[in-house]
Order: sequence, then C-alpha cells, then structure tokens
Amino acid sequence: MSVNNAQRVDLQVIADLIRPGAKVLDVGSGDGALLELLEGQKKVDGRGLEISQRGVNECVARGLSVVQGDADRDLVFYPDRGFDYVVLSQTLQATHNPRTVLDELLRIGDRAIVSFPNFGHWRVRFSLLFKGRMPVTKDLPYSWYDTPNIHFCTIRDFVALCEEIGATVESAAALDANGQKIGLSMPWWFWNFFGQQAVFLLKR
Amino acid sequence: MTRSRVAKARDEANEPSSQVVRFGPDKPLKLAAGLTLSPFQTAYQTYGSLNDDRSNAILICHALTGDQHVANTHPVTGKPGWWEALVGPGRVIDTDRFFVICANVIGSCLGSTGPASLNPETGEPYGLNLPVITIKDMVRAQAMLVDHLGIERLFSVIGGSMGGMQVLEWAASFPDRVLTAVPVATGARHTAQNIAFHEVGRQAVMADPDWHGGAYLKSGKHPGKGLAVARMAAHITYLSEPALHRKFGRNLQDREQLTFGFDAEFQIESYLRHQGITFVDRFDANSYLYLTRAMDYFDLAAEHDGHLTRAFTGTKTRFCVVSFTSDWLFPTEESRMVVHALNAAGASVSFVEIETDRGHDAFLLDEPEFHAAVGGFLKSAARNAGISS
Repeated sequence: MSVNNAQRVDLQVIADLIRPGAKVLDVGSGDGALLELLEGQKKVDGRGLEISQRGVNECVARGLSVVQGDADRDLVFYPDRGFDYVVLSQTLQATHNPRTVLDELLRIGDRAIVSFPNFGHWRVRFSLLFKGRMPVTKDLPYSWYDTPNIHFCTIRDFVALCEEIGATVESAAALDANGQKIGLSMPWWFWNFFGQQAVFLLKR
Repeated sequence: MTRSRVAKARDEANEPSSQVVRFGPDKPLKLAAGLTLSPFQTAYQTYGSLNDDRSNAILICHALTGDQHVANTHPVTGKPGWWEALVGPGRVIDTDRFFVICANVIGSCLGSTGPASLNPETGEPYGLNLPVITIKDMVRAQAMLVDHLGIERLFSVIGGSMGGMQVLEWAASFPDRVLTAVPVATGARHTAQNIAFHEVGRQAVMADPDWHGGAYLKSGKHPGKGLAVARMAAHITYLSEPALHRKFGRNLQDREQLTFGFDAEFQIESYLRHQGITFVDRFDANSYLYLTRAMDYFDLAAEHDGHLTRAFTGTKTRFCVVSFTSDWLFPTEESRMVVHALNAAGASVSFVEIETDRGHDAFLLDEPEFHAAVGGFLKSAARNAGISS
C-alpha cells in the first residue's frame, strides 16, 4: 500500500471504466477497497496481487482472492489475455521497472487501467522550486528517505511512455484535490499542472 | 508404561477407538501401483454436525505422522489433538458451524488399513506385503469415506505438509466435490532434497536388526532404534536454525562443562533423543516407510504431462494457499509454483506467506496471522455459500 487510503478518490473513477461482470486483476490491491467496490458495484470476477502480508490478510478476510506477491516479479506468471481489465492503482510509482510492468499489464489484460499521483502537479513543482525540498503532500505523504515510491512521473511523462511502448490511450482523466475530474477539453499541460492524480484506460 | 503404550498403539492399528468404515470385496480400492486393496478400512473422527443440505463438511488431512485425532485426546499418547488450537467450537475451524471429518490415511497405523493391519488372507500383519500407497490412493480412500457419509460436496479440504498434498490432489482429482481448498506448508511435488531426507530415515529403519525385513510384528520385535533415528533426522527438517538457536543454542544438558564423551552433551541432542523415543511408542516403523514413500512419489504436474496448470484447468474451487517464511522443507517457492499454476488456470486463489522463524512446524503451532488468514477465508467463503452457524 503506497498511498493513504483516505485519499483514494480515484477508486470510483476506475470503477466507472469497468464493464459489469468483467474479469479483473487488481495489481497492488492493498486492503482490497477497490476489489470490494468492483465486486459489489460491478459484480466483477476479481483477483488481486499485493505485496504486504497485512494487506493480503485483510483481503482474504474480506473474501477476496488475493495473492501475496510482487508486481515486478510475479506478473510474468499470469497468462496472456487472462483478464478483461488489469488495474494498477497508485502502484506504478512503487515498482522497480514501470515500463516492464506496464508491458505486462497490456499483455495480461485486454485493457489496462493505471492511476498514479501526478508529480507534475503545481504543489509538487512549487515545493521543489521555492522550498528546495522533496515534496510531502496529502497524496504523497512520505519523506524522500522512507518512501516506497521510487519512480515518480508526471502525466506528460506517462503519456510519453505509453507512446513508446505502443499503448493507445482510450480515455484519461485528471483529478483535482477533491477527486473531481478536470474538464476534458483542457490541454495536457493544464491537466499536468492541476491534476493531483491521473487515471488512464489503455489498450494495445 | 512404554510397553503398554506400544501394545495400545498395536491395538489401535486393527481395532481403533475411532469410528471405522469397512469396505468389502464389492468396493475395492484401486491403487496407483496397479493393484487393488480389498477389503480395507478407514478410521476417522468427526466433530460438529452435518447440516440439512449437507453443505458444511470440512475434511482435514493430516501430515506424515499425524492421525485422525485432530481435536480430541490421543488414545495412545493421552495428548490433546494435533490441531486443537484450530478446530473446535468458536475456533478458526468452528465446529459449531462446520461438520469436521478427519480420517487416518491408508498406509498409516491408527486404524486405517496399513502395514500393521492384519492381512485377511494370511491372518498376519501385512508388513511389506501391502502394496505401495500414493497420495492419490489416500485421497481415493477418503472420497469413499465421504461417499459413505452421504456427502456430495465438501465445503473445504484443509491440511498441512503431506495433508496439503492431499488437499491439492483432492482439488485436482475431484474439482466438483471441493468448494474451497486450503493447502498449507506444502507443494505440488516432493523435491529431491525432501526425498533424500526420507531415504535417510528409511535406511535407518531398515538397518535396525529388529526390523526383520519388515516382518517384525510377527516376531514380536520392534525396530525402535532405527525408527527413532529416522524421526530425529526428520525432526530437524521441521525446525529452523533461528528456532533451534533460541530454544537450545549450544547449551549443555544437565552439566556445567563438556565431558568429552558421547552422552547427550548438548540440550539439542537430548531433545532429539526424546523426540525419537516418544515417537517409536506410537508409530509403526513400516507405516513410516510407506508414508514417506507416498510423499516421495507425489508430483502433481507429472500426473498431468508435466503441466501443473493442467491439474487445475477450469476448476471452480477457491484456494487459499499458505506458506511460512522459515520453512525450508516446503519453502515458499514451492507454494508459489502452485499459486502461479492456479493463476494460469484462471482459478480463484488467495496466497499468504506467514512471517515466522519456527520453520515447517509453524503450521502446527499457535501462529495468529496464519489462523487469522484461514479464519477470514473460511468465514467469507461460508458467507458466500450461505452456511450459517
């Protein structure tokens, strides 16, 4: 679990992208909040992958099928096109090889849904620019020395990576501090500046 | 005292104090070795009661030297059941809610047909005349017991170590009869290293002059020394170095300084000797040979053309796989192989690796995280299946 759960405004946005009854793999499922939401709201056939024993235990006790494992290491064992959707919510920044992980998501799922905290948000930029210190915000509550997050990116960085690996962005949303979607008509730079979090629906 | 225990153990092998189901010549057990076992019997214990729609039965599978006395006083040793911490009213495997069945596996010596049982054709103990038994054979015999109890589908099959192998075999052989499966501290195969340790144990038994080519029961002898050595070697594999170090270190036994001899100088030696001696009172040496062999032969992938995934293709069973960090007999990697195969088969699987330094034995000990995981899994599965307490 790499981000405060109280801040998980992206969960409903992700749920809205998922077709009812679909088969979903949630990578980095934490305490199972998203899977539970999806099973309740969308009647999905859900599976999870989570690195922490505490998280897995909570999931298992909630009746969710969650496997203890590491996204960097274990995704290779999942079959091609085994799922309709593979979700990576607030976990990309905590992986060692985001590019490989993203590749795997697009192999395992028909669609991949990725959400991440936007390192291009103005608060982050201002913190570095004016305070000269690594930002600690509501979405990124860790100090640089004890953070599980090792590969931050901005919305623009992510879009560039998608292009590089040949992933098509089917839809995307930037969320502001209240979890509200920022107007679709806005240009990337605007999202990148004001979006605290981003949610992408990808396909290859 | 010791003599009477041995006598009691021998009584239990043929006329157990448990319930027994006997299958006559009309219901032979087909063995993987190509032979049939007939007649044969299975001794078992039950706890709790079967509900009206017969949907709340849990089969617990015991480990190598375990038995059916999972939650009651052992008739030979007088000790509490081996999983009494887990099984009982209000416990993780709640006997107020579930009907729990635990059967002695065939090949063992607590009332199911094994090498210490009387061969009806000769009136003498089978000894080595019993055909070699496999994990699949044990599971087939259990399935016949479950049929006998009138249960179509088990709510869960649960077990650790050799019991975990049976759980996996159940799920692979009878996917429609197993709603949930909980394999603990186990693997889909016995590794070369595991086979090696078992071979050391078997050779110790067979090197004992009292073993008499397996016919010791006829001659009234008991290869206790060899069996004790086998148990001592095996016992080391159930523990971990940190746990051994914490408990014994290099502490001396009842002495202040080294005596430069071969008495039990260190506490660990004394402990192992005690483990060996208490074991031979309650266990049959030939059963030890048969059961270790059954584990050695186990390779679920081999049964499915080398593809473990095929063992579970299309399964509807929900799995909860558990391993322990310091288990070097069935390390987490063995569990992961199972989990990956289940993932690839599209099965519904949960997997928890429990952090502990107590080694393979952790599955028998009070491990709160382990109990919480299994309890949570069973509770939610029972809710889904509409089983109330």
